[in-house]
Amino acid sequence: MIKATVIAAGEGEVPTGIWLFIPPDYDILWSAVALVAIALLFWKKVLPTFTKILDERTELIQGGIAKAESAQAEAQEALAEYTRQLAEARAEAGRIREAARAEGSAIVAELRTKASEDAARILENAQRQIEAERQQASQSLRTEVGALATDLASRIVGESLADSARQSRVIDRFLDELEASTADQR
Amino acid sequence: MRAAGSAYLGECALITAATNHLLAASGEDGGFPIPSMGEFFPAPIFFEGTVFEFNRMTLVRLVATAALVAIFWVVTNRARLVPGRAQNIAEMGLDFVRVNIAEEILGKQHARPFIPLLTTMFFAIFALNITGVIPFLNIASTSVVAVPLLLAVASFVAFIYAGIKAHGAFGYLRTTLFPSGVPWPIYIILAPIELLSTFVLRPATLTIRLMANMLAGHLLLVLFFGMTHWLFLEAGGALKGVGVITLGAAIAFTVFEIFISALQAYIFTLLTAVYINLSQEAH
Repeated sequence: MIKATVIAAGEGEVPTGIWLFIPPDYDILWSAVALVAIALLFWKKVLPTFTKILDERTELIQGGIAKAESAQAEAQEALAEYTRQLAEARAEAGRIREAARAEGSAIVAELRTKASEDAARILENAQRQIEAERQQASQSLRTEVGALATDLASRIVGESLADSARQSRVIDRFLDELEASTADQR
Repeated sequence: MRAAGSAYLGECALITAATNHLLAASGEDGGFPIPSMGEFFPAPIFFEGTVFEFNRMTLVRLVATAALVAIFWVVTNRARLVPGRAQNIAEMGLDFVRVNIAEEILGKQHARPFIPLLTTMFFAIFALNITGVIPFLNIASTSVVAVPLLLAVASFVAFIYAGIKAHGAFGYLRTTLFPSGVPWPIYIILAPIELLSTFVLRPATLTIRLMANMLAGHLLLVLFFGMTHWLFLEAGGALKGVGVITLGAAIAFTVFEIFISALQAYIFTLLTAVYINLSQEAH
C-alpha cells in the first residue's frame, strides 16, 4: 500500500549485482540533460553575473575609500590654507593698525604745525594792519594840524591885535599844542 | 581517505547484496511493509525501450533541475549591486562554494578555472538530493547510479586535466604513480596501489558514496513512514502506540536527510577540489 502511494507509476525491472552500478542509456541521457542544463546555467549566466556584481561592489567600496581619503586630504589642505590666510590676515591687520597709528600721529603733527603757522600769519597780519592804521592816523593828524595852524593863523591875522597880552597867550598856547602834538607823533 | 574509501566500497556492496536478499525474501505477505529496491526503478512512462525512456525518477530529476534553473534564473536576472534577501541567500551559497571549497583548497589563483564546475556540482547534487524529502517527489534522483556516475566522471576528467596542465601527461603520471621521497623498491607495490586508488577508486567512491547515502536515506524514510502507516491503520491494540515512535523517527530522519543532502553535496564538491589540488601539486 505504501508503494501504491509513494510510487504512483509502479515498479519497473530491478537490476541486480553490478548492473546496479551501470546506468541504462536513457538514465545517462536524462541525467546528462539535467546536469548540462545546470552547468550551462551556472557557467554562462549565474557565475558571470555574480562575479561582475562582486567586482563592481569591490570597486565601489575601494572607490569610496579612495574618495573619502582624497576628501580628507583636501579638507586638511583647505584647513592649512585657511590657517595660513588667517595668520596672514592677522599680520596684515597689525600692519595696518601700525600704519594708521603712524599716519594719525603724522596728521596731528602736521595739523599742529599748520595751526601755529596760521597763528603766526594772523598775528603778523594784525601787526601789519595796526602799523598801517597807525601811519594813516599820523598822516591824517599831520593834515589836520596843518589845517588847524592855517585856521589859527587866519584867526590871528583876522582879529584885531587889541590885546598884546592875549596875543602872546594865544601864540604860546598854539606853540604848546604844536609841541605836544609833535611829541605825540614821535 | 583512500583506505576508508575502498573499505566503504566493500561495505556498500555487502549492504546492497544483503538488502536485495532481504527484500527478495520479505515477499508479499501483505503484513509489514518493507521498502524494496524496486522503488528506485519505477516503470517507464514514455518512450519505453528507447534511449528516451522516461520514468518517475527522470521526471523528479527534471523537476528538480527546472526548479533550480528557475530560481537561479530569476535571482540572477534581478541581481543588483545592493542585494535583496533572495540575492543574499544565493550569494551566500555561491560564496560558500567559491571561498570555503574552491579557494580554500586550491588557492585563489588555481581555483578560478574550476569554480564553474565545483559550483555546478554543489548545487546540482543538492537540488537532486533534496527532492528526497519534498512531498510528492519523495525520491532523490541521485539514488540511482546515473547522476553520481556522470558527476564522478566530470570530477575524474577535471582532476586529470588539472594534473596534465600542471605537469604534462608524462609528468602527471610520474608524480602520481611514483611519488618522490620513496626508496625505489617500494614503487613495485606503491605504483599499482596509486594507479588503482587514483584512477579507479576515486571515481568509484565518489559515485557510490553519493548514491548509497541517498539510497539508504530513502529506504530509511520509506521504512519509518511505512511502519507508521501500518502501525496506525492496521496493527492492533498497544502496537498502535509504537507508531508514535516510528513517526518521531521518520520526522527525525527527514530532518537528517535534509542535512545529508547538503552534506553529500559538500563532500562530493570538496573531494573533487581535493583531487584537483593533489593533481596540481607535485608529490
